[in-house]
Parts: sequence; C-alpha cells; structure tokens
Amino acid sequence: MRYSLSSLIRNGLTGNRGWPQAWRKAEPKDRYDAVVIGGGGHGLATAYYLAKEHGFNNVAIIEKGWIGGGNTGRNTTNVRSDYMFPESAALYDFSLRLYEDLGRDINFNIMLSQRGWMTLIHDHHQLDAARHKANWLTCNGVDGEIIDAREVARMMPLLNVDGNPRYPVMGAFLQKRGGTIRHDAVAWGYARAADRLGVDIIENCEVLGFEKTGGRIAAVDTSRGRIEAPVFGMAVAGHSTVIADMAGFKLPVTSRCLQAMVSEPLKPLLDHVVISPGTGVYINQTQKGELVMGGVLDLYHSYGQRGTYPTIEKVVTAAVEMFPAFAGMRLMRHWAGIVDIVPDSSPILGATPVGNLFINCGWGTGGFKAIPAGGYMLAHSMATGKAHPLIKEFGLDRFRSNRLVDEGAAAGIAH
Amino acid sequence: MIVIKCPSCHEDRHEEELEYGGEADVVRPTPPDGASDETWTDYLFMRTNTKGVHYEQWCCRAGCGQWFKVARHTVSHEVAEVIRYEDRFAYQKEGGE
Ligand SMILES: Cc1cc2nc3c(=O)[nH]c(=O)nc-3n(C[C@H](O)[C@H](O)[C@H](O)COP(=O)(O)OP(=O)(O)OC[C@H]3O[C@@H](n4cnc5c(N)ncnc54)[C@H](O)[C@@H]3O)c2cc1C
Ligand SMILES: [Zn+2]
Repeated sequence: MRYSLSSLIRNGLTGNRGWPQAWRKAEPKDRYDAVVIGGGGHGLATAYYLAKEHGFNNVAIIEKGWIGGGNTGRNTTNVRSDYMFPESAALYDFSLRLYEDLGRDINFNIMLSQRGWMTLIHDHHQLDAARHKANWLTCNGVDGEIIDAREVARMMPLLNVDGNPRYPVMGAFLQKRGGTIRHDAVAWGYARAADRLGVDIIENCEVLGFEKTGGRIAAVDTSRGRIEAPVFGMAVAGHSTVIADMAGFKLPVTSRCLQAMVSEPLKPLLDHVVISPGTGVYINQTQKGELVMGGVLDLYHSYGQRGTYPTIEKVVTAAVEMFPAFAGMRLMRHWAGIVDIVPDSSPILGATPVGNLFINCGWGTGGFKAIPAGGYMLAHSMATGKAHPLIKEFGLDRFRSNRLVDEGAAAGIAH
Repeated sequence: MIVIKCPSCHEDRHEEELEYGGEADVVRPTPPDGASDETWTDYLFMRTNTKGVHYEQWCCRAGCGQWFKVARHTVSHEVAEVIRYEDRFAYQKEGGE
C-alpha cells in the first residue's frame, strides 16, 4: 500500500485495522548476491540503494538485534552539512540533499524539520572561527551565516543572553537548512522501501565469523546459519573493530559511549537546535515536546552502551545554565550508544584489505546526518567494486598514505 | 561507572578523578628510519579496541598524579588487574597471547 492522505483517511475511518505489515520478517537463505552486515540506517540505506540504483534483487541485511536498535535509534537526530573541507562538505551536503527528497523517494514521512542549526559564539576567538567557517562554506557552495546576539535572543527567547550567563552569547553560527529528522522513521522508511524491492531483512542474526578462501570471503557464519555471497558490506558503527578482527584486518577505530537524554514532554518552547561550545551541550525539542539533550563523548574505550551519572549532571546543569526556565523539568530517559571514533573525525568508506568486503564506518558522533550518503556510497562500492568519486579521499588507505581529512567541524562536540 | 584503585596512593578513584591514556604498551618503532610505512601506520593509528579485556593506561589525575596500567573489561568495566606503569601485565586473555 502507498502511504498517502487518502490511505490515511480511509484507514482512520475504518479503525486503523487495514494497514499492512511494513516489511516482511525474512528467514535467511543459503545464498545471496550481496550481504550487508548491520541493520542501522547506513546498512538499511545500503541495501535500498543496491536494489534501487544497481538493480540487485537478491540482497540480505543481517542484524544481530533489531533494525535501528543501534546508534540510529539512539541519536539526537541533528542534521546539517556545515563541514569545512571541500571533500567533507560535498559528501555531507549530498547527504542532506538526499534527505530533503527522501520522504517522496521512499514514500515515508521522515519528519524532516529544517528548523535551523545554531552554534553559539561565546568569545572573539569563536567569532573568528565562525567567520572562517562561513567563508569556507561559501566557497563550498553550502549555506551558513553569522547572526548577532539580538537575533539569537529573538529566535530563542528563553535562552539566557542578558542575565550575565557564565558563557556570554555574542551571536551564533546558523545553518538554516540544518535541523532534525525522526530517527526511527529513517530506519523504518528505508527498511520498508528496501523490502519492497525484494531485500531480506534478517533480525536476531549475529555475524560470528567469516569463511575465507584465497583472501576473499566465501561465506559468513551467523547465529542463524551460514550465508554465502560474492560481495559483502559492513556498516556496524561501534562494532567495526569486532567485525574487522573476524575478517583479519586492523582499523584505526576506538569505540566509545556517547550519551543522551530526554525530558518529560513540554509545550513548544524551543524552535531551533542549539549547541553551546562553552558547555558542550546541545538541545532541541521534539515534535512530541520532549527536550533532547546531549553532551560530550565519554573519554575512554567502552562497548558498555549505558549512561553514567556524571554525564547526566553535566548535561542537565549546562542546560539549566543556558535556559534557566528548564530548572523545574524532569528527565524521562537516559541512554548511550557505542560510536566509532577515528583519529581525523572523518568516515572510512570503500575498500578493505579483504577483496570482496567493503566498509562504511568511522562516522563517530555524527553519522545520522550522513545515512543517505553513507548507504549510497557503500552500495556503489559493493556493486561496482570501485570508490564513488565523492569518497576518493575517505578510504582506509589514507592512514597509510598520511592524507588525513582532519575535520574540525566534526570533532570536539557531539552532534 | 569506572572505579579503579590507584596502585600508588591506594585510593579508589572514579572516572571523574581519572584521566584516560588509551591503549597500554603501544611502543614507538625503533630505529625510526628502519621502520616500514606499515609499522608506522600501525603505531600511529591502529588500535586493538578490544571488546573484552583491554590493556590500557590511566592517570590518578585528582590524586597522586601517577600514571598506571589497567586490564579492564570494556563491556562490564570490571577491572582484572592494576599495575604500576613500569610493570608487565600478569593477566592473560583467554587463549593467551
Ligand atoms: C547519543 C548519540 C547521539 C548522536 N547524535 C547524532 C546527531 O545528532 N546527529 C548525527 O548526525 N549523528 C548523531 N549520532 C551518531 C549516529 O547515531 C551514528 O553515526 C549513526 O547512527 C550510525 O549509523 P550506523 O547505521 O552506521 O550504525 P548503527 O545504527 O549503530 O547500526 C549498526 C548495527 O550493526 C549491528 N551489529 C553490530 N555487530 C553486529 C554483528 N556482529 N552482526 C550483525 N549485526 C551487528 C548493531 O546491532 C547495529 O544495529 C549520535 C550517536 C549517539 C550514540
Ligand atoms: Zn593515586
């Protein structure tokens, strides 16, 4: 069934009992033309673009838990494309442009809300850095501007601008096309669209090892049996090293916890996404009314996927410092995801030392915004065996040739 | 939350009092000119990033200021061994190495 206004009305009037299942629960087959490991946004998008752009009709996604149960369902849903280097800007802006059209493309409302993404400017150094960045963006053909403190106060009346805040507000960097998207909708929308093109989505199926012959992977051993394929792709974020170990190559990745939390639902009071480099905390309000808040990354290795009290304390005190009116609100939930941090804060995309295994990882704290592009690129690598022109600079080999893409706009603060 | 007893001042320190120093025993290749690009790449960038017991270095930042080494499980945060910086780990992962 196509989702549309008329299907909504028809089903609404008949008690909403006529909605068909959005995607099948597939059983693993012995053999596929391509296997994607990891059922997060990047894996689901990969399978979708393999089918749509490259005509693959016998593809499996294997996911150890449930789709979207990793970082894709745990992130704070901020999207933007204000990256500095031309190669980064091109990749992230390609992603944002795919998102801008995705609802139509996959017939699923992803609730894209381009409400404006704002980084506060607290001092003259940050003002210089913001000007520098805005100039880069202009050269890259990406939007971004600097607004003054009055404009910031007008856009966010509850922000403490005048009351002698600990971090004074001199203005902000604003990307108007930035904003938020409903994260589950991205996972579910891609899953439904991929399923309709014949992709098998296999949940509760953990990759346990690879069967290799002559430097290539012949089959993957999973908790639900052995699956053969001529080509494999991996998009497992914080678990990339675990899979790379099984395949027999090294990665420059460290896995860490990134935490976030939401308040109880409140009436509309914050129309934009705001991040403070002073407190390291960023906040936006969901369509349901909850305030979503996140802070800085945990600074040690962890696959723990759970939060800690020191982080709750830091995030909440910073939020109240920025918005004194939040002082009475209650927290509702708090969680963590395991993110894949690389030394230059840029993704690793394309070939691996194993001939028929391709990779998509290293998005760290900021890969939700990149899901359409990441999936598109991994699909391209898997289908053609070659790197798409947009990812030439992002190969794993850059660490050997020492051509890092040190993306300061990605580093430092989570988003 | 991570709690480790510092082997120098013997106080329990939690993660807010400690500083993390990454993987332990990552040794700079010698002689530098003789090391291959592969060896340098491994030294600079590649990390074991173990899901399981990980060998790492910590500093008793809010206490005595000493660096030390820890074998810690990266899922449970359970500490298997804490040693002084100059010592070698006795803890062996299953299967040994
Ligand atoms: C708290 C938090 C806030 C964030 N905020 C933002 C933000 O505002 N904006 C932004 O752009 N990004 C943000 N991110 C980052 C973003 O969430 C990730 O970069 C992105 O979701 C990664 O998508 P993925 O599909 O690669 O990984 P995931 O969604 O994590 O999917 C990987 C999947 O692989 C599966 N898997 C792992 N091992 C195996 C195995 N052995 N076999 C089978 N399956 C396996 C996992 O179960 C998981 O479902 C945030 C992350 C966190 C944790
Ligand atoms: Zn000490």
